[in-house]
Amino acid sequence: MNDLTPTAEERAANLKGMGSSRKRVEDVRFTQGKGNYVDDIKLPDMLFGDFVRTPYAHAKVISVNKDAALALPGVIAVLTAEDLAPLGLHWMPTLAGDKQMVLADGKVLFQGQEVAFVVAEDRYIAADAVELVEVEYEELPVVVDPFKALEPDAPVLREDLRDNMEGAHGPRKHNNHIFTWEQGDKDATEAVLAEADVVAEEMVYYHRCHPCPLETCGSVASMDAVTGKLTLWGTFQAPHAVRTVASLISGIAEHNIRVISPDIGGGFGNKVGVYPGYVCSIVASIVTGKPVKWVEDRMDNLMSTAFARDYWMQGKIAATKEGRITGLWCHTTADHGGFDACADPTKFPAGFMNICTGSYDIPVAYLAVDGVYTNKAPGGVAYRCSFRVTEAAYFIERMIEVLSIKLNMDAAELRRINFIKADQFPYNSALGWEYDSGDYHTAWDKALAAVDYPGLRTEQAQRLEDFKAGKTRKLMGIGLTHFTEIVGAGPVKNCDILGLGMFDSCEIRIHPTGSAIARLGTISQGQGHATTFAQILASEIGLPADDITIEEGDTDTAPYGLGTYGSRSTPVAGAATAMAGRKIRAKAQMIAAYLLEVHDDDVEFDVDRFAVKGAPERFKTMKDIAFAAYNQAIPGLEPGLEAVSYYDPPNMTYPFGAYVCVIDVDVDTGEVDIRRFYALDDCGTRINPMIIEGQVHGGLTEALAIAMGQEISYDDMGNHKTATLMDFFMPTAWETPHYETDHTTTPSPHHPIGAKGVGESPNVGGVPCFSNAVHDAFRGFGLTQTHMPHDHWRVWKTANDLGLHG
Amino acid sequence: MAKMHVKMTVNGKAVEALAEPRTLLIHLLREDLNITGPHIGCETSHCGACTIDMDGKSVKSCTVFVGQADGADITTVEGLVNDDGSLGVIQEQFREHHGLQCGFCTPGMITRAHRLLQENPTPTESEVRMGMSGNLCRCTGYQNIVKAIMASADTLNAQKEAAE
Repeated sequence: MNDLTPTAEERAANLKGMGSSRKRVEDVRFTQGKGNYVDDIKLPDMLFGDFVRTPYAHAKVISVNKDAALALPGVIAVLTAEDLAPLGLHWMPTLAGDKQMVLADGKVLFQGQEVAFVVAEDRYIAADAVELVEVEYEELPVVVDPFKALEPDAPVLREDLRDNMEGAHGPRKHNNHIFTWEQGDKDATEAVLAEADVVAEEMVYYHRCHPCPLETCGSVASMDAVTGKLTLWGTFQAPHAVRTVASLISGIAEHNIRVISPDIGGGFGNKVGVYPGYVCSIVASIVTGKPVKWVEDRMDNLMSTAFARDYWMQGKIAATKEGRITGLWCHTTADHGGFDACADPTKFPAGFMNICTGSYDIPVAYLAVDGVYTNKAPGGVAYRCSFRVTEAAYFIERMIEVLSIKLNMDAAELRRINFIKADQFPYNSALGWEYDSGDYHTAWDKALAAVDYPGLRTEQAQRLEDFKAGKTRKLMGIGLTHFTEIVGAGPVKNCDILGLGMFDSCEIRIHPTGSAIARLGTISQGQGHATTFAQILASEIGLPADDITIEEGDTDTAPYGLGTYGSRSTPVAGAATAMAGRKIRAKAQMIAAYLLEVHDDDVEFDVDRFAVKGAPERFKTMKDIAFAAYNQAIPGLEPGLEAVSYYDPPNMTYPFGAYVCVIDVDVDTGEVDIRRFYALDDCGTRINPMIIEGQVHGGLTEALAIAMGQEISYDDMGNHKTATLMDFFMPTAWETPHYETDHTTTPSPHHPIGAKGVGESPNVGGVPCFSNAVHDAFRGFGLTQTHMPHDHWRVWKTANDLGLHG
Repeated sequence: MAKMHVKMTVNGKAVEALAEPRTLLIHLLREDLNITGPHIGCETSHCGACTIDMDGKSVKSCTVFVGQADGADITTVEGLVNDDGSLGVIQEQFREHHGLQCGFCTPGMITRAHRLLQENPTPTESEVRMGMSGNLCRCTGYQNIVKAIMASADTLNAQKEAAE
C-alpha cells in the first residue's frame, strides 16, 4: 500500500451508501418528461372507460337506459350492475372487511357514486356517451352528519346490511353503525377522571380532507383471450395485494394476473384502495377483448376515491394541579361514508388511533371509536400517515394545549414534565404499544433553544400589550408540537390486510461483473426508492450504489410485499433489503476465504471487500467475489450470488419530532402569516439526508394545506362543495413558507439498520403545530378550541366571536 | 365530428394533425404526438402539470383547443434538453437541488421556470414564488424547487456573461 491507496473513508464515499445525500437516479427521466405514468400507457386498439355518476347523495336507482349512449358511433359497451352481477362483480370487498358496490345496485349512497361504465373508442366519445345514459332516480332522505346517522329514526343507508347486527369488527348498535373499537382500561380511566385535581374536556374535530395526489387514480387492463392472461397497470400503492384481490374477486388464477405499478404521480394514501374503476376496466377488457383504460379526472378523484380523517374526538385529560397527567379518555365518532373502505390492518378498524397517548407517560387511558355510515364518499385512508396516526397526534397535541390553558401553565413546560423519559424505553403505553426508542427531552430542548422560545414568549406578550393598546391589529401565535408516530406496519402476528401478513421483501441478484439488481415488494410514489434502497445495499454489500438497479411494482418479477404506505417501506422493506444484503455478504465471505486460501473466520468485511484479518493487504473486493461466484467451482458452494429476504418486523418503529411554528394573525382579515417553521425530526438512522429533508418539506406543506384551508365539505343534501382545485385548497409556492429542518438521531433498536421512516412525520406533526399556533394567538382572549381548517374566514370569525372587531 | 387540419411547431419540429376542433391541446400532444411529458392533473387550469411554452408564453395546454394552437410554436419539457441529449440547465438544477419527488408536476414546473427566467432573468426568491404560483406540487413543499430555479438563474446568467 502507498499514499495512493484509497482509505476506508474514501472507499466508503465512493459507494454512496447510507448517510450520503446521493442525487436521485429517478430524476434523469423525470426532468425531461420521460416518466411512464399510467395515462402514458398506450396499447393498440385501446378503449377508454368513463363513469356515469349519480348527482344524488341518497337515492333509489329506478332504471338505467343505455340506448342513446349505445347508438353513438364509437361506443362499444355500457356496463351496469346488472351486467356485472352474473360475474359476481357488482360488489367487491373493501380492505376494511366491508363490501362496496362497483356499480350502483338498486341505490346510491353518495354523490358521485359510480352508476354505469361507458366504454368507447376514445375519451371524448366516452364523455359524450356518459351524458346520453339516462338514469331515473327516486330521492331518499340524506344523512351527512354521523351523529344524526345514529339517531333512532335515521334512514337506513345500507339496505344490504339492514338488521344484520354482526359486523366485520363485532356487534353493530344501529343500522348505520359499523363497529365499536375499544382499547385500554375504561373503569380505571374513569376512576382517575373522577378523582383528578383537574380535568380538561374538549371536542376535537379533525375535518374530512383528501390526499389529492397530482396524478389521479387510473388503470389499464389488458386481457389476452388467447393466453388467458390479464395484465393490469395502475396507480397501485400495493400492487401485490391488488393482484391477490383481483384474483379472489374475478376468479382468474393469480399466476395469470400480472399487476404493474408504473411511475406513480404521488399517492399519499389515495392509491392504497381498490376502486370501481379498476374492476370495471378489467371487466370491460374481458368483455371487449381489447385493452381498456380508465383515468379519473380531478372531480372524480375528489368526489369518489379515498377521503381521509373525518374524526370527531371527544377527549378528557386528567392531571394533578402541578400538571402531571394522570389519565386520558377519548371517544371518537368516525364518519366512514357510504361504505367502510378504510385501508387499516384487519385487527385495527380505527387504525393506530390508540397511539393517542402521544409522547407522554400517561399511566391509564381509554379509547373507544364508533364507525358510522353516512351519505358521503367511502374511504378513511391514511393520508400521509400511518393509519389514523395524524388524528391521534392532533387529538393529544390539542388536549395538551387545552390542559395547559386550564392549568394556566406554559404548554412547553407541560409537555416537558410529562414526556416519556429516555431511560423508560422500550416503553409500554397504556393503550398497548411498545415504543422502541426515543429521547424526547433532548429533541425538545434543542428545538426550543433553536427558536429562542423564551424570547418568542416575551415578544408575544409585548405584542398582546400593543394590540390591547391599539398599536397593532396583528396577534402573534406560537405553535408547539411534540409528536410520536407509529409506523412500519407491521408484525405479521398482529398486522394483516385481508389476511395478507404485512411483511415485506427484497430479492437481490449480483451480476458477474459486480453490479446488481434488487427487487422489492414496495413501490415508490416519489420517495426515491431507486436511490435510497441502493444506498442501503451499497453499505451492506460493498458495491457502489450507482451499480445497483432497484426495481419495484411488477408482480411477475418482484417478490411479494404489501406495498408502500404508512411509512412502511424503510422500516419493513428497508430491513428486508439489509437482511438480503447480509445473506449476500455471508456467501461472499465464504467465496473470499476460498480465493484467499484461508478459513471463513479469518476474513473480515471492510467497506467494499473481504480482507484477511491482520493482513489488510490481502483482500478480495466484492467485484472480484462477484465474478468468482460465476466462474469458479467452489467446493460446497452453489454457483451464483443471489439472496432473498422476507422480513417480518418484530415491532413497529416510533419516529418522533419537535416542531415550532410562529405566526402573525391579522384579526381584521383573518390572514395568517407564517413567519417561521422549525422542524426537528428523529427518524433513527438517516439513509439520505437530502431526501429526508425533501420529505419533511413536502409533508409540512400537506400539513399546511390541511390545517389552513383544505377541506372536503358537503351541504345538507350531500352535495360535494369542494370537488375542484378552485374550491379545494392546495398551497402554491406563494402561500408556502420556508422551513428550517433539524434532527436528532435515535436509532430503532430492532431494525437492522436502525431506521424508522420519515415520510409521514411532518404531516403528523405539522397539522397540530399550525393549528396550535392559530389557537395560541387567541389564547389571551379565552379561546380554547375551534375547528380546522383555519382559513381566513374561520380565523376572522374566531376573532369576531371573541369580540376583537370592536 | 368533422376534423380540422392543424399545423404547429413542437420542440423545433413541424408537425401536423387532423383533430376535432374541440380536442384539447394536451390530448393532441400526449395521444397523437406521443409527447407525454406534459401531464393532466386537473383539466381546469389550476395545477399547471400540463404547462407548455406557446409562442413565448407559459400556457396550460389542458384548456387550449387545438384550433387555438394552429400555427403556434410550442416547446415542452422534452424540448429543453441540450442538443447532445444531456439535461438542460434548469433540468439539471432540479436534479441537483432535489426539486422533484414523484415527477408528475416536474415537466410543467420546468417549462414554466424556463419562461419565468426569460421574463425575469434575475428574480428574487419572492418573485420566483409568485412566478411559479400557477404550478402546484404535492411532494416538495416548493422549497427545493425555488432553490433550483434561483440556482438556474445564476448558472444561466453566468453562461450568458461568458458568451458575451
